[in-house]
Amino acid sequence: MSAFLDNFMFSYQAVIFAVGVNGLLALSMYAVLAVGQLSLGQAAFMGIGAYVSALLTLHLDWPFAAVLLAAMIVPAVVALIIGGPTLRLTGVYLALATIAIVEILRIFLNASSFTGGALGLSGIPNKTTVLLIYGLLAVVLLGFILIARSRLGRAMEAMREDEVAAGVMGVNLPMMKLGALVVSAMIAGLAGALNAHANSFIGPNDYSFEHAVTIISFALLGGIGSPIGPVLGAVILTLLPEFLTSLQDYKLVVNGFIIVVAVLYMPRGILTWRIGRVG
Amino acid sequence: MPPFALNGIFEMLAQILQQLPQQLLNGFVLGSTYALFALGFTLMFGVLGVINLTYGFYFSTGAFLALYATKTLALPIWLALPFAALLTGIIAILLDAILLTPLRRKKAPELSSLMVTLGATLLLYTLMTATLGTEIRRLPPGIINHAAITFGDVRMNLSQILIVAVTASIVVALLAIVRFTRFGLSMRSLAENGEAAELMGVNTDAVVRLVSFISGALGGTAGVLIGLNFNAIQPYMGEAMMLKGFAVIIIGGLGDIKGALIAGLVIGILEALTAGFISSELKDAVAFLLLIVTLWYRPVGLFGRAPVKRA
Repeated sequence: MSAFLDNFMFSYQAVIFAVGVNGLLALSMYAVLAVGQLSLGQAAFMGIGAYVSALLTLHLDWPFAAVLLAAMIVPAVVALIIGGPTLRLTGVYLALATIAIVEILRIFLNASSFTGGALGLSGIPNKTTVLLIYGLLAVVLLGFILIARSRLGRAMEAMREDEVAAGVMGVNLPMMKLGALVVSAMIAGLAGALNAHANSFIGPNDYSFEHAVTIISFALLGGIGSPIGPVLGAVILTLLPEFLTSLQDYKLVVNGFIIVVAVLYMPRGILTWRIGRVG
Repeated sequence: MPPFALNGIFEMLAQILQQLPQQLLNGFVLGSTYALFALGFTLMFGVLGVINLTYGFYFSTGAFLALYATKTLALPIWLALPFAALLTGIIAILLDAILLTPLRRKKAPELSSLMVTLGATLLLYTLMTATLGTEIRRLPPGIINHAAITFGDVRMNLSQILIVAVTASIVVALLAIVRFTRFGLSMRSLAENGEAAELMGVNTDAVVRLVSFISGALGGTAGVLIGLNFNAIQPYMGEAMMLKGFAVIIIGGLGDIKGALIAGLVIGILEALTAGFISSELKDAVAFLLLIVTLWYRPVGLFGRAPVKRA
């Protein structure tokens, strides 16, 4: 049995890692969508986390826990700089401003020799374990479920349904939006660091606009009524191309199609139930 | 200070001064292309209130239609341009009817329309790449004279002059239409309040279709002229332009035509100066740094009105 397990792990390790990382990314997207905002910068937050963590490991040899912490803090600061001024405006501004981070990051990574330029960074030691990824995924998921059941979760739902009404009822809209964006950037950065220490190579093209759109399709397929939906969406969209290899070339078409259909015809996603309320 | 060092500095300054007029002109032309691209995009937001990400696709479509018209149909460029603009406008009406009209009917939140066009863009680009390939194509060589025309110290070619002229005439025409015509009045009323406009007898569906058509045609026109100027056409050309387009319309103020023109020119000139005197690698970062500065100090853009949602 153990031999079978070893064998299975060996063959599918990359996929198992990818499912966990994408699950975290889907949750980072959920954090923003849950308050009725849209960030197109999740791929950039992930990239910042990945590069910060890889540089700290390669050059300064920090302990992995400290590296992961830094990979969460740096994207959070970037989110504050970018998101801060847009939060009193309508959501369109945040969406467009976050696209700008994706572009700035790409230009910077390609131009800077410190980050390896277009070649990226290689030889990153493998420090990520399956237990670590899924443990962190479980912690984040549990955290979101607990939040969804709380007063905070109800405020988030109110914002999603009607921002003006929520504001009138006393929800502090700018604080909620900023909090959601910062938390989301931290989770995406964490996912990036875990991914960098699972793949041993990262490059500037791993964090493109297409990737940002893919992350949105995870959340929209699953539905954002509960935090479980986006994770389910990530699992499906990561595994589907693995099983249907003919689908691999059309991955982007499928993701695009899912977004269109989800927004037009099933705005609540495939998992439509909501988390119950307590207190 | 030893005299030769001073000489060096003077020489450098003289060189910069000598290059400056050409760099400024290059920046002006580049800025006109950004403005030209952003006009339809900002018009669509100004009237319809949606960030329509398929706009970059209209740009690529226009360029490919011009390629088809000049290569396969052997039309001259002055016929190929309206041909491409017309067809792209019709495509824009169709895409709006499929993607955005249902959301408008449902009164869905504005971010839904952004997301649906995001998905559609990914879908359309991938399909376009699958059918047309990613290789860079060129318009037939004889289609326009590429020789440089010299004005004193500076050089410019015909396609550059065409871009500046077309951008200027479109800006004037749009401003005139919005301000002085009946259609402009219905556009403004729709932008202000769709329901009230409808109650006052404005045929809002027709206005939406016409605005989509104009934006699509403008996007297509931009694609043809910019494809002509850079002499490179490929499916993803719209995406790269789109990213600059975001910067232009936010810096200029979402939905503002004058703002798009000025922001486009400012970005173009700053980019040309950066490329000429600092580093060509950092050129592309200029627009986005300017965008972040704008968001901090004047988030509604140069000419924007506060787009804060009110009850």
